[in-house]
Amino acid sequence: MNDSDKKRLLREMIFFRRFEDRCFEAYVERKIGGFLHLYSGQEAVATGVLEMANVGVGEKGDYVITGYRDHVHALKSGAPAKEVMAELYGKETGSSRGRGGSMHIFDPTANFMGGYALVGQPFPLAAGLALGCKHKKTDQIAICFLGDGANNQGTFHETMNMASVWNLPVLFVCENNGYAIGTHIDRSTAQTDQYKRVDTAYNMKSSQHDGMDIEAVMKEAKKAVDYVRNEQKPYFIEFMTYRYRGHSMSDAKGYRTKEEEAEWEKRDPIKILSDRLIKAGTLSKEDIKAMEDEIQNEIENEIIKFAEDSPEPNIADLNKYVLDDNPDPRWVGPLK
Amino acid sequence: MAEIAYWEAILRAHDEEMTNDPMVIAMGEDIGVAGGTYKATSGLFDKYGAERIVDCPISENSYTGIGIGASMIGMRPIIEIMSINFALLALDTLVNAAAKIRYMSGGRVSCPIVMRTPGGTAHQLAAQHSARLARMFMSTSGLRVVTPRGPLDAYGMLKSAVRSNDPVIIIEHERMYNLKEDIPEEEFFRPLEGAEVVREGEDITLIGYNFSVHLCLEAAKKLEADGVSAEVIDLRSLKPIDRETIRRSVEKTHRALVAEEDEAPVGVGSEIITGIMEDCFFALDSQPVRIHAADVPVPYNHKLEQAAIPDVDDVYQGALKALGKA
Repeated sequence: MNDSDKKRLLREMIFFRRFEDRCFEAYVERKIGGFLHLYSGQEAVATGVLEMANVGVGEKGDYVITGYRDHVHALKSGAPAKEVMAELYGKETGSSRGRGGSMHIFDPTANFMGGYALVGQPFPLAAGLALGCKHKKTDQIAICFLGDGANNQGTFHETMNMASVWNLPVLFVCENNGYAIGTHIDRSTAQTDQYKRVDTAYNMKSSQHDGMDIEAVMKEAKKAVDYVRNEQKPYFIEFMTYRYRGHSMSDAKGYRTKEEEAEWEKRDPIKILSDRLIKAGTLSKEDIKAMEDEIQNEIENEIIKFAEDSPEPNIADLNKYVLDDNPDPRWVGPLK
Repeated sequence: MAEIAYWEAILRAHDEEMTNDPMVIAMGEDIGVAGGTYKATSGLFDKYGAERIVDCPISENSYTGIGIGASMIGMRPIIEIMSINFALLALDTLVNAAAKIRYMSGGRVSCPIVMRTPGGTAHQLAAQHSARLARMFMSTSGLRVVTPRGPLDAYGMLKSAVRSNDPVIIIEHERMYNLKEDIPEEEFFRPLEGAEVVREGEDITLIGYNFSVHLCLEAAKKLEADGVSAEVIDLRSLKPIDRETIRRSVEKTHRALVAEEDEAPVGVGSEIITGIMEDCFFALDSQPVRIHAADVPVPYNHKLEQAAIPDVDDVYQGALKALGKA
């Protein structure tokens, strides 16, 4: 990785952090409704893994799918930030035309196949995307990001089994942030090392790594992505990470200590990379400040402005998108 | 025309659609090497191979989810669930995912899956293999629910379901797989929407779907012997419901009966009769009648089982009541 890539990745992570912070503010201002789950702290995982995958190239690229903490995965996959923010604002210009909201960002033009609120539901959907790739004999793979909490769903076990027995090209990325909503992994999960839950049980290759240092994430993700693509087999990769904010906006984080939070923040993914770049002389503190100002300006004057200025959906369109709006009468009818 | 059984009609539709479109695959338990519990995919494993006739482990929710995921990128999976009771295990991926993905993506992603499953009371299969459950699926926005009454629709509606861009649930019935009917030998399609008047009459409208259409047709013959001319409507689709065909019939006959094998509460009968009240209340000469199962889990004992579900005589007696003759 050259210096300009490193600078770009730092900028991306700062952008994602600022994007999420701005969502927080918009939520407090009641511009964003519903549930809002922010990704701050975990940036190195989605950014690093997807940097090693074939994303941002449109429909020819790899497929990405995740749970409800989905903004950053969508952005890194190539969904336009304006459209993601407009979706959070419930606008017609949003990624899902204002019908999905924060938890249901979709952008099929970027092969971002959605965020889902049912914990563990993306496991089988991801395996299905992989089955489609395998069937079409493309070199695309499916990448599924979920948290450690999802691994206690039946869909985890059912899907790991089928992905393995059918040799599906799917990469399962476990973002282990230690909490299933507000319950610590030690209190909910018999085997706390998630990668150990698939190796012998489902005969699937798996590994566990640091999820805070993006360069470490990228190194391991590359091996996993290459394995899935070249071997046409699933891989389960676990990254140890931490979400700084609560599970959602309504979470006061009463289940964990300030000391624990401070301990993780020492290994903040943005701090790790920026310190490294400053130490190497690639960037100065002033460069980073300038980068932050530029991001702030972009988010405020382009992204938020677009979301604010966009129209809401028409109430007359309430019933659109339930079923195919232009069905072929030969198949659908009505019966003559 | 050639006489074929219901299961053969499903098999023929699978075969033709899989030949027509390489994106069509079938998934389910024991559908491949074992040939399928109802023979509806027999022989296809040898013809299309394990990649397209996918034998699934007993994991209904997740293999349905895998079919849904594949459908999001252009595949056309036909998913067989061995009994509608087991479809309850797939409600998460079916109802929370397949039915909602088009809407919550703002129309940008569709899930053109077909789920085929038999719902109904067969022969002493007891409570966990005898549920009907049509009412659970017909209440879900974003799904289509169809109920082929015989080989003609079993073939023609499966072919249409495969080509439709919506998730379609096809509810079959264990007591219908061997039912025979003449159907054309050349390819044809039967649309997913629209009720059908399968017997014309003047005095009362008997409304059924799936197996209960046959109860209505038999009851209509008995009524004919009494000098009563009964019209029979096959709903064919429970989602959406063709209220217009029902309204036209009831405005002609002025009396209505709905026969369902399911329990009554929040069911097909309550939905249809509500529609009649809203659409043609003043055309009615008597209160509509619902014929339905007892509100119990289906018992094992043969006599109890038969008592729990409606038969031809129940429909006949119900019609007499609607006609003021009972």
